[in-house]
Amino acid sequence: MIANYGYKDGSGEYYISIDTDKCTSCTAGRACLTACPKGMFEIITDDYDDEVAAVKQAFRRSLAFDCTDCKPAGGYTSLPCSAACTPGAIKHSW
Amino acid sequence: MTAGEKKEYWRWQETCWIDESKNWRDAKIITAGIDVGSVSSQAVICVDGELYGYNSMRTGNNSPDSARNAINGVLEKSGMKLEDVTYVIGTGYGRVNVPFAHKAITEIACHARGANYMGGNTVRTILDMGGQDCKAIHCDEKGKVTNFLMNDKCAAGTGRGMEVIADLMQIPIAELGPRSFDVDEEPEAVSSTCVVFAKSEALGLLKAGYSKNKVIAAYCQAMAERVVSLIERIGVENDFFITGGIAKNPGVVKRIEKLLGTKAVETKLDSQIAGALGAALFGYTLMQKQGASAKAA
Repeated sequence: MIANYGYKDGSGEYYISIDTDKCTSCTAGRACLTACPKGMFEIITDDYDDEVAAVKQAFRRSLAFDCTDCKPAGGYTSLPCSAACTPGAIKHSW
Repeated sequence: MTAGEKKEYWRWQETCWIDESKNWRDAKIITAGIDVGSVSSQAVICVDGELYGYNSMRTGNNSPDSARNAINGVLEKSGMKLEDVTYVIGTGYGRVNVPFAHKAITEIACHARGANYMGGNTVRTILDMGGQDCKAIHCDEKGKVTNFLMNDKCAAGTGRGMEVIADLMQIPIAELGPRSFDVDEEPEAVSSTCVVFAKSEALGLLKAGYSKNKVIAAYCQAMAERVVSLIERIGVENDFFITGGIAKNPGVVKRIEKLLGTKAVETKLDSQIAGALGAALFGYTLMQKQGASAKAA
């Protein structure tokens, strides 16, 4: 399942997509949990009883601000969450 | 209505229905789904995996009471007691506050499952236009979610937005859709990014001489454009199905269909019960699995 967390507002679209099929057999040791400087990820049991990564509820409506520090303007050349997720499950839309 | 009494144009019709052709006393498994949404609450009862009855009403200021009121309506109409229901699943925004639920499942999974039942197993793309959020969902032939996207940050493209316009225009909400077609030419959409801006823009259009119908048409178009941009992010695959209260508004539905270039699957069932129906069906599957594993043991 592709889970898109985030929103669209007047300034643009801000979604973090997680391919949860890649989470169920995570080969990165759940690295997303520690890679995000703000600790935005968590492991949940989804509606189909799979243990998958998700963006915490508290961050879902403020991604544009919360992720700013990890974007190129913040000095990063790649996103820490996407880079840590070696199966390639995590993607940003912006 | 007396002078000074305010008419509630936004108020939609609450419904309670049971299938008189079925006898719940003959059923082996009775399951219920309770969808406590931000604006409306529904209770659906299924007997042996088939829809038996439902109650759809306005959510109050207390989720447990809303859940109780919703289920009590359909229980009273059918002569059933809560003890007769084998398994209850809560869903929606207030899903964790359904006191008599055995389990909670997100409305995303439940809407997909409900749409699969209501629109058939060929449904692949679902648009749920709820009271205060909007979801685009992809599912497989079993109604299992394969992709979803949700927007609950702003009220644009939601039922609450339409209620605001109904009150502003002083036209009952059920009449907005049909009246939006009663225009000489289709107007430009109003601001589609914010209900507050859309409301002030609608007021400006009225002052500029637009008829009420033309303003409603502009708002319906804005709402359609808003949700279409959401669906396009995950892509449209036929069959396409719309759930939620806005599915009853032809002014928005027809415009969405035009923008997407596809027709939504029609159903005789109430589009608002999809989430609760999906929850009740999840309960049935769970009970079947438990029965099968008990037999195996």
